[in-house]
Amino acid sequence: MSFSRFSDGGLIDRSQRIGFSFDGRRFEGFAGDTLASALLANGQVLMGRSFKYHRPRGLLSGGASEPNALVTLGAGGLREPNLRASMVTLREGLSAESQNRWPSLGFDLGAVNSALSPFIGAGFYYKTFMWPAALWERLYEPVIRRAAGLGRASHAPDPQDYEKRWAHCDLLVIGSGPAGLTAALSAARAGARVILCDENARFGGRLIRDQVEIGDLDGPGFAAEVADELAANANVRLLAGTTVFGSYDSGVFGALERRDGASSGPAQRIWRIVARRAVLASGAEERPLVFGGNDRPGIMMASTMRGLIHAEAVRPGNHVGVFTTGASGHETARDLLARGLEVTLVDSRRDIPDAERAASRSARVLEDHMVADALGGKAVSAMEVIDRASGRRERINIDALATSGGWNPVVGLACQRGDKPDWDTNRGMFVPPAASDGLMAAGSAAGILDLEGCLDSGARAGAEAAAALGFKPKKTSIPTVREACGGSTGFATLWHVSEARGKAFVDFQNDVTVSDLGLAVREGYGHVELAKRYTTTGMATDQGKLSNVNAIGILAENRGLSPDRVGTTTFRPFYTPVSIGALAGEHRGAHYRPVRRSPLHGWAEKHGAVFIEAGAWMRASHFPRDGESSWKPACDRECVAVRAGVGISDASTLGKIDVTGKDAAQFLDLIYTGKISSLSVGKARYGLMLREDGLLMDDGTVSRFAEDHFVITTTTAAAGEVMAHMEFCAQALWPELDVRLVSVTDQWAQITVAGPQSRAVLVRIVDEDLSEEAMPFLAARPVRLHSGLAARLFRISFSGELAFELAVPARHGEAVADAILEAGRPYGITPYGLEALNVLRIEKGFITHAEIDGRTTPGDLGLGKMVSAKKPDFIGRVMLAREGLQRDDREQLVGLRPVRPDQTVLAGAHLLKPDTAPTMANDQGHITSACWSPNLGSHIALAMLRRGRARHGERLIAHDPLRGFESEVEVCAPVFWPAEEAQTVNTEMLTVEHPAVRPAPPAPHDLLDGLFTGQTGQATLVMGSETLVALVTGPAAKDRAVRRVAKAGDGICRPVQPGQVLVVGRSGESAEALVTRLAMPRGLSLCDLSDARVRLMLAGPEAAEILAVFCALDLASGSFKPGASAPVLLGHIPAQLTCVGAQTYEIMVFSTYGQDLAESLSRALRLAG
Amino acid sequence: MASLINCPHCGVRPREEFTIRGDAGPVRPAPDADFGAWDAYVHLRDNVRGPMAEHWQHSGGCRRWLVVERDTFTHEVFAVVDAADYTRVPVAKPARARKAANPAGRRGGA
Repeated sequence: MSFSRFSDGGLIDRSQRIGFSFDGRRFEGFAGDTLASALLANGQVLMGRSFKYHRPRGLLSGGASEPNALVTLGAGGLREPNLRASMVTLREGLSAESQNRWPSLGFDLGAVNSALSPFIGAGFYYKTFMWPAALWERLYEPVIRRAAGLGRASHAPDPQDYEKRWAHCDLLVIGSGPAGLTAALSAARAGARVILCDENARFGGRLIRDQVEIGDLDGPGFAAEVADELAANANVRLLAGTTVFGSYDSGVFGALERRDGASSGPAQRIWRIVARRAVLASGAEERPLVFGGNDRPGIMMASTMRGLIHAEAVRPGNHVGVFTTGASGHETARDLLARGLEVTLVDSRRDIPDAERAASRSARVLEDHMVADALGGKAVSAMEVIDRASGRRERINIDALATSGGWNPVVGLACQRGDKPDWDTNRGMFVPPAASDGLMAAGSAAGILDLEGCLDSGARAGAEAAAALGFKPKKTSIPTVREACGGSTGFATLWHVSEARGKAFVDFQNDVTVSDLGLAVREGYGHVELAKRYTTTGMATDQGKLSNVNAIGILAENRGLSPDRVGTTTFRPFYTPVSIGALAGEHRGAHYRPVRRSPLHGWAEKHGAVFIEAGAWMRASHFPRDGESSWKPACDRECVAVRAGVGISDASTLGKIDVTGKDAAQFLDLIYTGKISSLSVGKARYGLMLREDGLLMDDGTVSRFAEDHFVITTTTAAAGEVMAHMEFCAQALWPELDVRLVSVTDQWAQITVAGPQSRAVLVRIVDEDLSEEAMPFLAARPVRLHSGLAARLFRISFSGELAFELAVPARHGEAVADAILEAGRPYGITPYGLEALNVLRIEKGFITHAEIDGRTTPGDLGLGKMVSAKKPDFIGRVMLAREGLQRDDREQLVGLRPVRPDQTVLAGAHLLKPDTAPTMANDQGHITSACWSPNLGSHIALAMLRRGRARHGERLIAHDPLRGFESEVEVCAPVFWPAEEAQTVNTEMLTVEHPAVRPAPPAPHDLLDGLFTGQTGQATLVMGSETLVALVTGPAAKDRAVRRVAKAGDGICRPVQPGQVLVVGRSGESAEALVTRLAMPRGLSLCDLSDARVRLMLAGPEAAEILAVFCALDLASGSFKPGASAPVLLGHIPAQLTCVGAQTYEIMVFSTYGQDLAESLSRALRLAG
Repeated sequence: MASLINCPHCGVRPREEFTIRGDAGPVRPAPDADFGAWDAYVHLRDNVRGPMAEHWQHSGGCRRWLVVERDTFTHEVFAVVDAADYTRVPVAKPARARKAANPAGRRGGA
């Protein structure tokens, strides 16, 4: 008789029937079942096919270590392979599929591999599929992959939500068996903050699967009582269905919470737990016995069978064999007998302790016997028992076989940081290394196998951890315990049954047998790490949880060593498989990484821009008009319009750094190659920055607004790098200089107006004299618009035309840009994007990071004159002088034109002399930038060419083997658009022939428009009121004064770093009023960031939990009280987090990140709701 | 690397908030120092197994440059100071030889 269900008993709820399907067949189970127990109760013992030989397999260990019963759940994007049927909680409508079989689980053609097994033993991959190499990818790999394997992943996107969250505690307890429960209890009673995780859906571990008595309670009753007390304690967080998968440095643990079937919230959640102490109560795995046919369905671990009887009332047939080397088999026999089943118990020992004999006394007990082979097809039907003394064999028919070879403490998490477990010769097991780094093992994870010992060791560990953290734990009394075999736990070590005739499996998931390990030793792969790779033992989804110790024992035997000399393989995260979706959390799709949106993003969108990703930014690529089918015609039109008339584009993404302080000029002299200190106030200058090795880091402009006030720009791409570099120079190299750096990129919308008509357009907007005399090339100064708005105007150009950049506070950007469009309409003003910008700069030979590629010097790019020969010191000065960086045979910037103008040239092509072979030795250089120039009617390119400046006029071949074409090009100077900036002043234009245009006041921008903002009672998100935000800066030494001043704003001090504190004005307060009120002492300055930050307010009882999704601050500990404020990383976005009241937080974020963070916060609120 | 770093300005923060630069040992030579000194400063680095002082920036927090003294093998962090203070009062390079074994007590933090 096969497996079925007892009509009574168990922890299942027979009143709740649950329908599910397996390989298309409909079944019914009960609430409280796992998929595995429900299948067994329905007589479905066959659950999968093995990896290599396609042998029929059934449930072996249950739990997280299950190697055989792997299934795939769901379909499409929800498809999830390799799930252990024993870890899947049964739910209505669940549809599971078996794996690695074709055409069906019952009839699998791959089983022919079993007949071929003499040819496909260990290492056969390495021996067989060696030649011809051409077949590796096309034939061998696909065929092997299909025949040997686990489940298939889905290729469809996963529609589920995942989340990551931080949690903090004094004590993390891993596992809720007897030791885990008492550890959590004793620490929680002492007042410690405790997190208790268990990978199962219910707390209790073996207490709910074994028949035990604790005081006057049974196991489940005791577990429930403790769990109830813990749940009622506000300092305790209980996480069921949560596997701690990794133990990392600094007491940080990773855990995966599976929320299968949850009606709301994420499907899975990764917890990052910061624990001051941890108790490892992960229990022990029962050790399989290695004998012939030990993988047949219906053979399982003795404790697994007990658990199925007690928890899920699964009946393992009528006559059950038990093969044991210790107490566990006798305990299982006792429980089978109590349920009225017939039991034949085979014990390898001769002297069985009396307590164990007593437990199994009504069974047929064969002492000093072993099971040599199990027989059967898709389920075990008989066992062949051998008398160790006489060697006589006897065949006994059975319906199921329970086996126990002793116990392996689950030591993985104690060893993931490099420690190795210790071999305990007396007990015959690997035990965890000594407690270290606050992690201590307790209970059976520490090798203590009796229940009373587990309860006691857990209570002690919890109390010890609490005491070490300053709590005062009371003694937790352990009630009287009664369990099978009187707590006898000894077992004899039996690595394998050498009399076995059939295949004896060591690693079930990878089909590794005793003989494979012997082969590995004979062939020189006996080292445990080599044997693992040669035989694949301990690989794949179960990572050898059941097999490793047996493999070590067998290797030891083969090599004539003790197991501790063989040692273990390396323990690494993850303890159990974790899906990529869970690890990614919310960082996928549009939120794969934070997106920065320019203050003119909405403006560009409104005017039809097509956006492309450029670093962190979304930038307008081009502004197509009707009939323009691709970027190309739009780009051509935009380029022509700028050269012929006037264009407008967004330069806001350029990095902008405000540099102030008494020594600002001296500092910039050290940063740039040129002399900055000689720059006049009101002027801008082009500047180059080197790395200390003399190569170019970045280029940009420096504008001086006061003796001690500069604004520098960086390229968009290098903004972060340059800021960090300058901060390093200011803080680590020259901390004695008074220089303060503030990123003001987010503060300003920077609008480029370029083209011969740009001045005529801007005079309608800017209320200033813009004549050549008043606003010459490289002028830079504060201006007022006709509307009265204060702005900054720069006469700088990246297109080679007469051009201006107008910077206005970010919130005014859209209105001002619209006003410029209005003012430019008579001149045919045209918005242009990144593509046109690129063409315009190539036409003028202006460089970007295509040329500043980490290998070029200023001289290489024809900018040698920008390097000061007089300054005694600047970053990169000494190394730039190296001979190798000064030689005249270096690659130098040149222009290239194809001989036939319509012939395409592309960046990346290499340059060759005509009629030379494309070899490294013949390489003359490469093309860095290329485009079609509509203004010239030709393709053009910039290139780095060896001795390029001396080779103008020479013809070369642009060789592009990757894209498969060649073109003949002629070398020229790297300037294609010869027209100098129009210096002739058209006085007519200056007389305002068109009236002034005044931008409208900015419309308030609600980032939360259309987003879910939470619900009252949990947490809600609103925009902060509009107030002034500024940064008070001063020398770090004057930090106290800076803090005092900043606190005067709204009463809260928001420190960023020593000498930099954010200040927030009162609602409705003017800038002048705030400045007056702050009464700043000398030496301090104020940098307006009202447009560079947005404030979001998150409030409610769940606010701290929502923030734990984003940041690692321990908000719940009570240390982050109202008035506390800190710069933090929220997800990947830097922000200033301030507690402004009880359960109320202000999130002050860089405004260009505002939209991204608002969306992420909204998502977290939705998942919490 | 330790999972948590104790920023002297911000307190204990996760590693993700920090960005490494490298060895904090080499001191920028005087502008007129001989070329060998500059070559060593720019190019020569030890591949340390054991205690080492490194420049890290708290890029996701206060943005201050720090000197983190840590063991590259055990991942223990001995001390974290502001780079400005480190430059002025050079801390003796940690001479304590740490064994591979894990140090007693809590790691991380400081």
